Amino acid sequence: MLEIKDLHASINGKEILKGINLVVKPGEVHAIMGPNGSGKSTLSSVLVGNPAFEVTKGSISFYGRDLMQLSPEDRSHEGIFLSFQYPVEIPGVSMVNFMRAAVNEQRKYRNQLSLSASEFLKLMRDKRAVVEMDNKLANRSVNEGFSGGEKKRNEIFQMAMLEPRLSILDETDSGLDIDALRIVAQGVNSLKSAETSTIVITHYQRLLDYIKPDIVHVLYNGRIVKTGGPELALLLEERGYDWIKEEIAE
Amino acid sequence: MNPEQQYIDLFVQYEAMICQHSAGVLNAQRAKAFACFEQAGFPDKKQEQYKYTDIAKLFEPDYGLNLNRLDIPVNPHEVFKCDVPNMSTALYFVVNDTFYKEQLPKTSLPEGVLLGSLKEIAESHPDLVQKYYAQLADSSKDPITAFNTMFAQDGFFLYVPDGVVVEKPLQLINILRSTVDFMVNRRVLIVLGKGAQLRLLVCDHTMDDVNFLSTQVCEVFAGEGSVFDLYEMEETNLSSTRISNLYVRQEADSDVLINGITLTNGCTRNRTEVVLAGKGAEISLNGMVIADKDQHVDNSTFIDHTASDCTSTELFKYVLDDESTGAFAGKVLVRPGAQKTSSQQTNRNLCATRKARMFTQPQLEIYADDVKCSHGATVGQLDENSLFYMRSRGIPEREARLLLMFAFVNEVIDNIRIDALRERLHLLVEKRFRGDLNRCKGCGNCK
Repeated sequence: MLEIKDLHASINGKEILKGINLVVKPGEVHAIMGPNGSGKSTLSSVLVGNPAFEVTKGSISFYGRDLMQLSPEDRSHEGIFLSFQYPVEIPGVSMVNFMRAAVNEQRKYRNQLSLSASEFLKLMRDKRAVVEMDNKLANRSVNEGFSGGEKKRNEIFQMAMLEPRLSILDETDSGLDIDALRIVAQGVNSLKSAETSTIVITHYQRLLDYIKPDIVHVLYNGRIVKTGGPELALLLEERGYDWIKEEIAE
Repeated sequence: MNPEQQYIDLFVQYEAMICQHSAGVLNAQRAKAFACFEQAGFPDKKQEQYKYTDIAKLFEPDYGLNLNRLDIPVNPHEVFKCDVPNMSTALYFVVNDTFYKEQLPKTSLPEGVLLGSLKEIAESHPDLVQKYYAQLADSSKDPITAFNTMFAQDGFFLYVPDGVVVEKPLQLINILRSTVDFMVNRRVLIVLGKGAQLRLLVCDHTMDDVNFLSTQVCEVFAGEGSVFDLYEMEETNLSSTRISNLYVRQEADSDVLINGITLTNGCTRNRTEVVLAGKGAEISLNGMVIADKDQHVDNSTFIDHTASDCTSTELFKYVLDDESTGAFAGKVLVRPGAQKTSSQQTNRNLCATRKARMFTQPQLEIYADDVKCSHGATVGQLDENSLFYMRSRGIPEREARLLLMFAFVNEVIDNIRIDALRERLHLLVEKRFRGDLNRCKGCGNCK
């Protein structure tokens, strides 16, 4: 469903992605690992259309559609979801209003009727359970006053509400304790299906114990330098990233 | 052409007529006001207090004046539908400067409360009105106050005796009505006795498409321990000019909340002066401005801490679009002896376009040493990260901007202590942002 060909991207004139090639099929879980500064977050930002990044070369297609032609909101409507590494706080905008706008825009795009107020609240109640979030969430402003763990759970909650075809989890495990990690991973797993795919971007092996990848890639210096099965993640856990850097240097 | 001279000549020529159609208590102040005005003239931008709005220029065009107070044939109840209906308020109208006496609300006000035409009550209760009229609004300090004191013949008077609580919020709709370009000079006087309580909502509307210039001087006396909420909403039009001076004097332990909301206007200049005269008085002074096209809104405030243990909080938020301009100049003075003062001033402004301009000038003068004072002012745009986050969830950019703008102004709306008004205002603000507020084409009936 997702085909990235020779993708080059830069920010403020500095090239970060130097030729990424990646194919993700429906139902697959891909892990992208790599040391700091390798371009992991840049890749996720480019996929969702963050205007701060400029694509200088290459292409991205999603179910045959040229993603570069789509605005961020349309990419979301097509079914791409990014769980941000640092979700922003939006004081004054309530979770209810935020999610209702998002859900109804998506339905409009797909020529479906908007949900009524009560239908929507029911949807929120059902999906909240996925990440064990309590009732007080609804009236709070988006991410305002949320702990790190709560913010990440809120990301997965939104994912549950929007039911994307491709989810990108950008360092979702960073800053989480064991319990939060378990809840988040459980949430992600419960949303998986044969038609949906997930790209898990992470530093550490830990999350991959819960969300088991089919394919593991190592991103280094803007390129995917190694691809393997789940055992590659375990190897990185044992030996760190240095041996890959050495291998590349040779 | 010198606009002052025009009005000086006008006053000299028509002074007798002005007095004839007003009350003795009001007339007694005209000579002094005239002398002050003759000396000072209209303020121009070279004067510090008026540097953001060229008042003299606003008075240059010709405006009609109804000095012999001919009746204006209109029943506001029939033709006017205020945007804040069903609020369970007791509704009153002032058409130009005349209190509308027909179809008064059926709610009976508590015993002793006096409400109505300033001129009439000044005639029936001269001692009461004289005690307060022009005692706060000093013509020698402000030429607009002088001008208004010279020409104002009537307006609105409200008196709540000691210990009386007016449960139901009162709503006063100021309507500007004319077939020609027109000037209104309105006077308001509100007196609350010890322990009195009142919530008042004032809405400014225009009914016709002519050019209006209205000056208003409002004096509020908040007695010891009184509680007073004043909500002012301006929903006029591009051809309206509003110049308003509000003076408030608070005795010990009084609790006053003022919230001025400019939803639609042409050119507005609001001056608010609050004297905290008694220990433990509290003032919450708020303002919200939504302006676009070439609207101009200038809020100038002055809070004078003369007594100890008083608290002042100011929160003003502006959203400026297109080529609108806004100004906020807030001065807080903490006099020697005003110990344990707590004062906080916040002014946050959003400029949605490159051409919108905001001028903000906080001023803090502190002469006591055991105080807690802070102030902050920012001018910015909508947060790009928040915008992108919303777009990544499928919310289109325009809608995301709207949601962020509501969020921005909501803080001021949340300060409102009348539930129904607060809810209604959330809706009105949303309509305003979406461009759905259609004021002043009136309703068609009055033409």
